[in-house]
Amino acid sequence: MLNSFKQSKLQQFALLLVVFITLCWLVPKPDDYKYLVSAATSNTGSDNWLWRLPDLIAWLPLWLADGINYVMFDWITVDVYNEDLEENESISVVKEITRSLSWFVLFFIQTIREFLVGGLKTIVTFTSWDFINDNPWAKLPGLPWTVVTGAAILLGFNLGGRFLAILVGASLTYISLFGQWEPAMKTLSLVLVAASISVVFGLLLGIAAYRSKLVEAALSPVLGIAQTMPQFSYLVPMFVLFGLGDHAGALATIVFATPPMVRLTLLGLKSVPSEVVEAGLMSGCTRRQLMFGVMLPAARQNILVGVNQVIMQCLAMVVIASLIGATGIGDDLLKALNGLKLGKAFELGVCIVLMAITLDKLSLAWANKPIDYFADLSFSQRHRNKFILLAILAAGVLLALIGRYVFGDGINYFFIIDTNKGLTTESYLDAGIDWMVTSWFQPLEAFKAWVFVDVLEPVRSAFRGMPAIATFTLVMGVGYIIGGVRSALVVGAYLLFIALTAWWDRALTTAYFVAIALVIAGSLGALLGILCARSNRASKVALIMCDTLQTFPSFIYLIPAIMLFQVSNIAVLIAITPYAMIPALRYTIEGLRNVSPALQDAGSMSGVSRMQRLISIELPLAFPHIVLGINQTVMFALAMVIIGAMIGSTEDLGELILGSLSDAQGIGKGLILGLNVAFMGLIIDHLLNTWARERKEALGLA
Amino acid sequence: MAGEAGMTTKNQAKKQPVIKCKGIYKIFGEAVPSLIRENNGAIDVESFKQQGCIFGVNDASFEVYEGEMLVVMGLSGSGKSTLLRCISRLTDTTSGNILIDGEDLLAMNSKELIELRRNKMGMVFQSFALLPHKTVLENIAFPLQVKGMSTKESIERASAMIDLVSLSGRENYYPRQLSGGQQQRVGIARSLAVEPDIWFLDEPFSALDPLIRKEMQDEFLRLQGLLNKTILFVTHDFDEALRLADRIAIMKDGVIEQIDAPANIVLNPATEYVAKFTNEVPREKVLKCSDVMEKEDKNTKKMSSIKVPANAIIETVAEEVLNESKPVPVVDETGKTVGVLNRTSIIHVLFGKHEH
Repeated sequence: MLNSFKQSKLQQFALLLVVFITLCWLVPKPDDYKYLVSAATSNTGSDNWLWRLPDLIAWLPLWLADGINYVMFDWITVDVYNEDLEENESISVVKEITRSLSWFVLFFIQTIREFLVGGLKTIVTFTSWDFINDNPWAKLPGLPWTVVTGAAILLGFNLGGRFLAILVGASLTYISLFGQWEPAMKTLSLVLVAASISVVFGLLLGIAAYRSKLVEAALSPVLGIAQTMPQFSYLVPMFVLFGLGDHAGALATIVFATPPMVRLTLLGLKSVPSEVVEAGLMSGCTRRQLMFGVMLPAARQNILVGVNQVIMQCLAMVVIASLIGATGIGDDLLKALNGLKLGKAFELGVCIVLMAITLDKLSLAWANKPIDYFADLSFSQRHRNKFILLAILAAGVLLALIGRYVFGDGINYFFIIDTNKGLTTESYLDAGIDWMVTSWFQPLEAFKAWVFVDVLEPVRSAFRGMPAIATFTLVMGVGYIIGGVRSALVVGAYLLFIALTAWWDRALTTAYFVAIALVIAGSLGALLGILCARSNRASKVALIMCDTLQTFPSFIYLIPAIMLFQVSNIAVLIAITPYAMIPALRYTIEGLRNVSPALQDAGSMSGVSRMQRLISIELPLAFPHIVLGINQTVMFALAMVIIGAMIGSTEDLGELILGSLSDAQGIGKGLILGLNVAFMGLIIDHLLNTWARERKEALGLA
Repeated sequence: MAGEAGMTTKNQAKKQPVIKCKGIYKIFGEAVPSLIRENNGAIDVESFKQQGCIFGVNDASFEVYEGEMLVVMGLSGSGKSTLLRCISRLTDTTSGNILIDGEDLLAMNSKELIELRRNKMGMVFQSFALLPHKTVLENIAFPLQVKGMSTKESIERASAMIDLVSLSGRENYYPRQLSGGQQQRVGIARSLAVEPDIWFLDEPFSALDPLIRKEMQDEFLRLQGLLNKTILFVTHDFDEALRLADRIAIMKDGVIEQIDAPANIVLNPATEYVAKFTNEVPREKVLKCSDVMEKEDKNTKKMSSIKVPANAIIETVAEEVLNESKPVPVVDETGKTVGVLNRTSIIHVLFGKHEH
């Protein structure tokens, strides 16, 4: 009896569930408990520790905010004589350092930007405003959109052939004709600078982590937290440290985009075959020659995938970064959403998606392109691209000049089409949305009401009515069953941190959203995956769909949701579902398709039916991989719930994080709230990863 | 009846060995440094093993002379590759002395080590270990460019190496575009580009198909005939060892069980473990006339009219000798008779029981 209990994890889970329910029943919700929506804290009720732990570290956000403010503004100060004011000023050294860093980043963004769309700040940087006043001609004119598009088409053709060239050309033409050229180029300049810095930074950190176990051990939790922290919570610290503007947006983007680069660099370096390293050593390489001549090139594939991910992360941040002053297309989209101009938002969303797909495909093509060393090319062949580029430049400029005469004082369509002056379908879209809203109003409202009253609200109050002791027992118990005492302690520590902050109730609400999303997106994804895995073609199509959908910045998913369901919690769930479904679908297909052919054959020769094959061969073997997909689904859902606070009053952690953006002490609040979210993610990540790893080992798949 | 193997005696008379190993240990285990400290540098195999240490190489001592090919043979886990990596200093040796041309390898700092590898050592790997981002030509030129040789000069030298390993016309191919045999030719060319004195080969042909392997062995023998390097060759294939070696070292669990010329190992296996390999060996394909000939009996007047060379493999002369009732004289290169072969000795080689 006891032995079989020790053996069977299923029985252990069942017992855990019984204990959990008993605890919930034993510790009832206090009568005076009330979930406070408006206040920051909501630990009311009683001082019954079994029900809620006291908020012992509620002082942490304020302390953190004061600490950072002190370091920034009062730590090391220098008195400097200000000539204009004719008095001594005290200047904080730390602030000066961060501000010069800002200036440095901003300079690069602006320079690229002004090459693309024109301007005079770059020249001012090297001269002065007086110089500009004396020489009104001295400004960068900006490149005609035809030239940029032509150059991009050329690049696309060289990297990926005709198809990529057409995709790039069509995307850029669309963006230009719809009058979004300037904001798109502003965004591009930010993305290019942020991505380059992230790549260099990530590469250096990855190399350092490879060379030193200590650095690796130190980096690994930092990376984990940086990747699970909601993007919002980076914003206030960046704003405090670096001020408001494109540079702050770029720096927040860099913090968010660097971790995957570090991870993939490390992974790439580690997977260089040891014999290749030894061959380098036996060739007499020095340490540096070995790293740059042998290891990094041999790890090229992984590293370039890292570059691709960095670019994607940067684009995912453009809308969010606009909250702290990043200009460009993300900023316009945010404004359109805030003004509920849904047609406009949709058009801008399409532009961002096109940019994302274009950059994704270009960088992937670059990653997969072999270098051609065949040396016997003629002069004209070798320099062909340069000639074509010159020709494009000349033709584009000529066309722009002609445009000046053709269009007179109107918009020069051959140069740069002014923002919002191009084609637009906004009025049709708005009319369409209006029609949808009016004609579907009744059924949609009824659906919303039903979902909310009969499904969401009961689940939500169940989550909020969970006593702390029961939550701890459940989470740590699962940890113990899956990974022993160590796992139980790890997840318990994460949970304790959340419980001791003032936001336990909020965290429960976030957990409720994630749970609902997980049930919907996870089961939909897994089911769809099982169906698609039946056929080769369906799998292929589904995987391509996943690839494409994954390049969409998460923010984009809010637009259709809000179109259909207005600002509401249901809109949030509707936005989460497709986004969080992607990994579940992908991993299910991958898992099922990767079951070894030998086992499939063995099954066939045993005479299994289709259903038997699925249930007794494919699913058990694919399950660990599917669980990894479910893990990703949870992470995606968590990220999206937080962003969802922008389109619904979710009353969870995300709402508070969003609120902290306009709070004087927001830096501490934002960070601690962000940590809460990160820890929730890390709990799930730890449990599911540990389980999947052990299961894979048990099946001999690892 | 065993004739002394020629090579070793010939070389041992000359100057100092190129590689000299004395009491090499390579011990794996976290406790190793502290255990050695406790024992004041001494290594007690039994007590170390009890502490959970694993002996990769256990007290290996041997010498390799100029122009000699020592083949280290052993099954997987026998420590043969570890031994090779100790001598190329790709892993740190736990204890012992390694002298390369009389210089203490283990005492070298990293700069000296790099210099040694750039000029004196070349190595070929089992999985070829070609740099995937470089072409055939660039792979071969890599060790030269690492040394600081100009691009033009290194490419010229690399082109010459390509001719040497018969890969002309594939200079601009990438490793992934080549077959396994071709890739290993590149590996060989790369290891020879700096004209090293010492040539390490770590199971160079193990990853190849049997037919290609045979072809590469022939190619390898041809190159060695041309270049006459000092070679340390690791393999798990006993037949390959017999085919190539001047001397064979057979390893088991980190210990060198026997180190001797191929014929001696076949005729006189030192341990039961070695005998397991030699029992299966077709001796007529390994032994030479000089290995089994008997002393010329001055009393025998009636010698056969045919003669066989001393270094001929038995298989090639067996039919002639068996058809001859009289003893057949065995002659060396100068034509001088050094012994005789009787029918009985051939029959013994072919059909005799070789119980050890």
